Amino acid sequence: MFARGLKRKCVGHEEDVEGALAGLKTVSSYSLQRQSLLDMSLVKLQLCHMLVEPNLCRSVLIANTVRQIQEEMTQDGTWRAVAPQAAERAPLDRLVSTEILCRAAWGQEGAHPAPGLGDGHTQGPVSDLCPVTSAQAARHLQSSAWEMDGPRENRGSFHKSLDQIFETLETKNPSCMEELFSDVDSPYYDLDTVLTGMMGGARPGPCEGLEGLAPATPGPSSSCKSDLGELDHVVEILVET
Amino acid sequence: GDLRSGGGSVDVCRERLAGLVADIISTVEFNHTGELLATGDKGGRVVIFQREPESKNAPHSQGEYDVYSTFQSHEPEFDYLKSLEIEEKINKIKWLPQQNAAHSLLSTNDKTIKLWKITERDKRPEGYNLKDEEGKLKDLSTVTSLQVPVLKPMDLMVEVSPRRIFANGHTYHINSISVNSDCETYMSADDLRINLWHLAITDRSFNIVDIKPANMEDLTEVITASEFHPHHCNLFVYSSSKGSLRLCDMRAAALCDKHSKLFEEPEDPSNRSFFSEIISSVSDVKFSHSGRYMLTRDYLTVKVWDLNMEARPIETYQVHDYLRSKLCSLYENDCIFDKFECAWNGSDSVIMTGAYNNFFRMFDRNTKRDVTLEASRESSKPRAVLKPRRVCVGGKRRRDDISVDSLDFTKKILHTAWHPAENIIAIAATNNLYIFQDKVNSDMH
Repeated sequence: MFARGLKRKCVGHEEDVEGALAGLKTVSSYSLQRQSLLDMSLVKLQLCHMLVEPNLCRSVLIANTVRQIQEEMTQDGTWRAVAPQAAERAPLDRLVSTEILCRAAWGQEGAHPAPGLGDGHTQGPVSDLCPVTSAQAARHLQSSAWEMDGPRENRGSFHKSLDQIFETLETKNPSCMEELFSDVDSPYYDLDTVLTGMMGGARPGPCEGLEGLAPATPGPSSSCKSDLGELDHVVEILVET
Repeated sequence: GDLRSGGGSVDVCRERLAGLVADIISTVEFNHTGELLATGDKGGRVVIFQREPESKNAPHSQGEYDVYSTFQSHEPEFDYLKSLEIEEKINKIKWLPQQNAAHSLLSTNDKTIKLWKITERDKRPEGYNLKDEEGKLKDLSTVTSLQVPVLKPMDLMVEVSPRRIFANGHTYHINSISVNSDCETYMSADDLRINLWHLAITDRSFNIVDIKPANMEDLTEVITASEFHPHHCNLFVYSSSKGSLRLCDMRAAALCDKHSKLFEEPEDPSNRSFFSEIISSVSDVKFSHSGRYMLTRDYLTVKVWDLNMEARPIETYQVHDYLRSKLCSLYENDCIFDKFECAWNGSDSVIMTGAYNNFFRMFDRNTKRDVTLEASRESSKPRAVLKPRRVCVGGKRRRDDISVDSLDFTKKILHTAWHPAENIIAIAATNNLYIFQDKVNSDMH
């Protein structure tokens, strides 16, 4: 259920890799990609929540994609409940985990295109990944564990984030001015930090390896700042300084 | 598959570059005669080009388009309640049919539609009794006789004035406007609603489609484009983000939520992926000039639908199928959300749409031939015949082929327009406007 060319299981390849790692790799490579797609989608949703009035069509399409992944993960049984301390984790961790996930899976491989994205030289999903060394395997396990924590938090905050997104599009009650501004203040600062970290530099994305594709525009941080200036001005007017 | 360089209909000769717009062009539209071509840009400006009449004195400047008028249509605004900016970018321009000497058009940004009247002034009165030539009052003692002011020719002046402002009709972002064939009403569509306006009334509009769910959490589908039928003033179509078309009849009910006809192609299970829905989202819908067909554009294809057949399109053309294996990357860099437009030629026999790398594609419905052309200064000299381009996807590669991985995804041709009668096309490539004309066949078959 991923990009065309990616098979859920690559049976033939299992013979090449020894023992427990084989099972982990074939199943988890699809799960990893699916998880990274989910993470990427959530980042996109959060980003468009923060900027100039979000493009509703884009938000709806991304949200539907998230739902599809969630449904499939529910059917798989990978969407499971976790300990309460995981739920406390700040939204920032969700964004960070995408990076770590991508680095663990593809950072070492460098120029290898992600499975399912090849344009003809893909033989199968697993063949494009480097043979897993024991060090990498450990990291895989670690990120997989994190990944399993992830979905639970997703599920808890999932409906909430969709709510938040669509709520901002409703005409707000003018008497709730304080709520309006308090809603806007803090996320801008968090997001700014995140965006500077994510957009700059050669961050290997989950779909890296394809030349000629433009990276996502690093515009958002600057428009956030200009909005803050306007916001100050508006607040000044309201408090009649 | 193999792309053939076209037959007569697609030997396009490049005319001189019509203009460089200062900002990114966001819409292009010919008027009903093709004499005028309007462009809107991201900075809220409208630039109108006019076709020069063919002159025997300069035979090679046959009907070139020159700048006719430039004006600021929309300004950026700030919505204080939502603490959000309202962009001044012009989303769509639609011309009104010409009813007198003046031209009129509707231009819209995300929230407000404006009716502009464009008039020419080429004469001015001279010989006033009370004022001198500079407009200063004369000393009455110097006036010894009365004269009748006469109209004298002057340099052509094009005046533009906003005649109506249709504001506060939309909570969501306006994506389309369409003038009714009755020439009295028009509709505007945003993500969730479609409103019907009377051209003379600005403080009232009628909501004719509303797909907003009671609970926004349940929102899964939005309106992406809409258009009135060219002949039947009661019919209109709107497209959705799930790839469906709904043909509605305004005579059936005041609120046309219950469509007359639903056009939807069943999903191909072998091609299913997490991106299936996104790439099925219709970015543009256009009725044919005849009114018998509809043309839709989704991410990878253009489709022709027969109004009498709802089950599936009658024709499907692949625009850039080589992108099908790149969907994840295109999702990551947001290109998968690019909204390409599509266009019919005057006789409904050829359809056109844009792609990446400044490529645009034309499909001849009769011969089933198609061609890829490039809109760029480097690729051709003025008056040269445009060379067909080819994207290679592995396998045999010819000398001038471009590989998929070398495509520039920042160079997208989203907006294209075809002259209503002749083989003249307008292509917007970022902030460049290209106008191409077919010299071989000036009339389409």
